Amino acid sequence: MSGADGVVVVGGSVAGIRTARALREQGYDGPVRVVEAEAEVPYDKPPLSKGSVDADACVPLITLEEAEALGIELVLRRRAVALDADRRRLTLDDGNVLSFDHLVVATGLTPRRAPYDVEGVLVLRTLADSRALREAIARSQQVLVIGAGFIGAEVASLARRHGVGVTLVDPEPVPMGRVVGTELGGRFAALHRRHGVDTRFGSTVTSLVRVGDGYRVLLSDGDVVAADAVVVGIGSEVNVGWLAGSGLLVDDGVVCDERGAALRAPGIHAVGDAARWAGVRVEHWTSAVDQAVCVARSIAHPDEPAAPAPPAYVWSDQYDWKIQLVGDRDVARLPEVVEEAEPFRLAATWHDAEGRITGGVTVNWPRESVRMRAALARGGAA
Amino acid sequence: MPVLKADLAACQGYANCVVAADDVYDIDDDGVVVLLQATIDEAERTRVETAARSCPVSALWLEDA
Repeated sequence: MSGADGVVVVGGSVAGIRTARALREQGYDGPVRVVEAEAEVPYDKPPLSKGSVDADACVPLITLEEAEALGIELVLRRRAVALDADRRRLTLDDGNVLSFDHLVVATGLTPRRAPYDVEGVLVLRTLADSRALREAIARSQQVLVIGAGFIGAEVASLARRHGVGVTLVDPEPVPMGRVVGTELGGRFAALHRRHGVDTRFGSTVTSLVRVGDGYRVLLSDGDVVAADAVVVGIGSEVNVGWLAGSGLLVDDGVVCDERGAALRAPGIHAVGDAARWAGVRVEHWTSAVDQAVCVARSIAHPDEPAAPAPPAYVWSDQYDWKIQLVGDRDVARLPEVVEEAEPFRLAATWHDAEGRITGGVTVNWPRESVRMRAALARGGAA
Repeated sequence: MPVLKADLAACQGYANCVVAADDVYDIDDDGVVVLLQATIDEAERTRVETAARSCPVSALWLEDA
């Protein structure tokens, strides 16, 4: 099932590269091209906020040799600037126009900086960002991290492992409250403090001024703190601006059915952070991988669609805690918590009114996380 | 027959492999992968390899013996 123009994947993220690889694994024999704006050979993103400051975090998603062997053409340093969905033509920033039989949108996210867009302020999304961050931590005594979500917490953890002081600011009363609830969020606040972080939860940055090589920061609690580097982790924008006028339906991501086919646009799919499947947009690695396999199957074998996606799963490594989150957690409800002291581990599960598991979180307890995922795959029966 | 390999030091206990193929992969109390089969039937290669590729740290692979 392949035409002469083949598949064009826009974005060399894990979602994009896994789609290209899965097409070959599933026997697709037409041309496969991946357009990626960065100059780097595509790499994986979760390691960028993990490991140690002294080690480069580059984990390739594909090598040039593999790409050549698989017949996947990597079009690097090229940005897609316009799409004509009806005529199946993609325009690149060098003026080239690519025709395709199938297009897969995998353009991901751009981290938000505003309102902290002061010279030298760091974000973390790309390998270049990760290298700049590691350099900044290595030459700093004190780092200010704005936002205590996954990125902010992992950056704080990375800096503390390197012995650098961290001030962590977040307007919420506890970190991770939106994903695990207020009560468990309190445990995450304590985790930061136990590792020597100066936590400022319930506070915001009122002003951020560059002074010499560093920053002078006024906090809403009235304190003034100095920092050698500032890292912002306050969420991201979906990279879909280039789809204006394309004919695709876009609403906080490309609007797709439950298998990633863009609505009202035959031949076009979307995967990863920029895709909204059946009303839900997920920014997690495992979802991106699952979606890539599903879309490749639809393209290579349109008569044998893939099974629907498994429950959501995301992990985070913060200090000595390995955190694994699964399914849906209605954080307005209290979870059922099991914990053990030595060595510390914790499992919390959320249930619906009928007592079925809807989701959970574990700390340092991978086996229990597997058990939850298996229960969710069975429809939530314990 | 393909031989299943694991880098136990690289394994981080993310357990995507177990979710993808729990008859081939398991995880111990310390969160490290346990291989339940040393060799894989050729007919099972695709399924076992897909599960191996779901590993976020590339700690699993198949080798041809």
